[in-house]
Amino acid sequence: MVPRQAGELKPGLALSLLALIVAVMAAAAALVGPYPISGEQIASAVLGRLGGQRDPSLGQVETILFSIRLPRIGAALLVGAALAAAGAVYQGLFRNPLVSPDILGVSTGAGLGAAAGIFLSLPVIAIQGMAFATGLATVGLVYAVATAVRGHEPTLVLVLAGVVLGALAGACISLLKILADPYDQLPAITFWLLGSLASIQPEDVMTAAPAVLLGLVPLVLLRWRMNLMALGDEEAAALGIDPKRLRTLFVAAATLMTASVVAISGVIGWVGLVMPHIARLVVGPNFNRLLPASMLMGAGYLLLVDTLTRTMAATETPLGILTAFVGAPVFIWLLATGRRGW
Amino acid sequence: MELRAEKLGFGYRRHAVGRDVDLAVRAGDVLCLLGPNGSGKTTLFKTLLGLLPAQGGRVVLEDRDMAALARPDIARRIAYVPQAHDAVFPYSVRDMVLMGRTVHRGLFAAPGATDRERADAALADLGISDLADRDYTRISGGQRQLTLIARALAQETSLIVMDEPTASLDFGNQVLVLEQVKRLAAKGLGIVFSTHNPDHAFSCGSSVLVLENGLSRAAGPPQEVLTADLLSAVYGVGVSLEVLQSGYRVCVPPALAR
Repeated sequence: MVPRQAGELKPGLALSLLALIVAVMAAAAALVGPYPISGEQIASAVLGRLGGQRDPSLGQVETILFSIRLPRIGAALLVGAALAAAGAVYQGLFRNPLVSPDILGVSTGAGLGAAAGIFLSLPVIAIQGMAFATGLATVGLVYAVATAVRGHEPTLVLVLAGVVLGALAGACISLLKILADPYDQLPAITFWLLGSLASIQPEDVMTAAPAVLLGLVPLVLLRWRMNLMALGDEEAAALGIDPKRLRTLFVAAATLMTASVVAISGVIGWVGLVMPHIARLVVGPNFNRLLPASMLMGAGYLLLVDTLTRTMAATETPLGILTAFVGAPVFIWLLATGRRGW
Repeated sequence: MELRAEKLGFGYRRHAVGRDVDLAVRAGDVLCLLGPNGSGKTTLFKTLLGLLPAQGGRVVLEDRDMAALARPDIARRIAYVPQAHDAVFPYSVRDMVLMGRTVHRGLFAAPGATDRERADAALADLGISDLADRDYTRISGGQRQLTLIARALAQETSLIVMDEPTASLDFGNQVLVLEQVKRLAAKGLGIVFSTHNPDHAFSCGSSVLVLENGLSRAAGPPQEVLTADLLSAVYGVGVSLEVLQSGYRVCVPPALAR
């Protein structure tokens, strides 16, 4: 078989390499932080926990590792992978490489729920629950509006409805910000909207992970059919699939993944937009390979950025700011040098 | 295997495009659909493919009403070759052809070794094996059209519907595509295709249907049906027919021949 381009990796090899890189990054991230922990300490703490025997001398190391550092690493991997997977799905479904996971208003919807929760001084778990619920509800509303408006290109109507309802939710957030207590609630709302993993708890990862996995199931099972969706409804239907039903299922799955991670991390942009692009450059557009590659890259990227935010400076920069600072130049570079189309 | 339209009305819910069209395609037939812009060719095709519901009359596929057939049942019998288009994402030519295998696989399955063999055979059949690993976005319009025909072959149907397969192709590529149409019909496939060039009906069509304003203006063997008068009336310009020494029949617009 003739290689498509000189220097291009075989997709299987590229995926294995990506997985290896992410694993090494995760291990490295466990080593760094304000409290020094050595590799040996990590190894004995992990082995001790697996074997059910705890080394009492490792008390503080254990606490930091299992209550702070590992949950945060896990959250970064989970959030990055989920956002990138959702981005890859939406870009294929809407046949548009400029689409991101929040295109249908899931992030702004979730933001509104979280802002309302903070405004009402609810406990953290309730704020997350509200963010999740309003994120899903917004997309449901967008879908209902798009279904009610018939006789137009369905994809266009869906995206337009997403933009309009997203703007409406954004206006509601602004209203809450004005009404919020400027010393206590306003900073919390702003910080949440910028996205951060600083206050992540082990339980957060445990509640978000099953929802992400649930969303991932149809994507993995129907991975090949996702490719046909990129051809447009008529061609896809002529090839023997039901594009309407599949689109509803894929949108639901990607939305579930996005909403469940946005609920624990706040709004983190750019990962879902940029990572599927880079993945496509490496393994091509076939969803069989694009999905795992996007997830690995999203996980690795967010882990890298989050590790930088928590180690670089004494004050943490919200993740959303840093992902944009890194993401925007990378995206411009991609646009300028893109050799293969999308 | 037969595809038949009986008193077919086609169009959209509040906007009828055409009505009372009768046609039939059997294995080995090439039905050529002619008609000026806006005469309803594409809408008729969508209805024949079951992508739009019939607004009157019915489409019959293999003695069964199209309305009663499920999507996969239709896709195992009729393949659709759209006009060569730009893909949004750079799928390889092999992947594009493999998509034609979807209907033969289970709901959750990705194409396997057998499917790759079939796809490669379809590419070889059309003489474009060397394109298999190229990106669909980086080949010429003629090569894209052949790729889409290969996808229809990989779908292993006995009927193929082609929407203006020669549109926006240069002269050489038009000949290449029409050659394939004739060859596939000789192998026993039934083919329906639309074109803007009446010459194509003479060179490839075993029968022709002339559509005007959504109505069937004439139907039958091209040599009998396509008269100079009919073509002049339908296209609104003077047309005369000439038979070349080789027996090849061509349309000549006298306005340009002077």
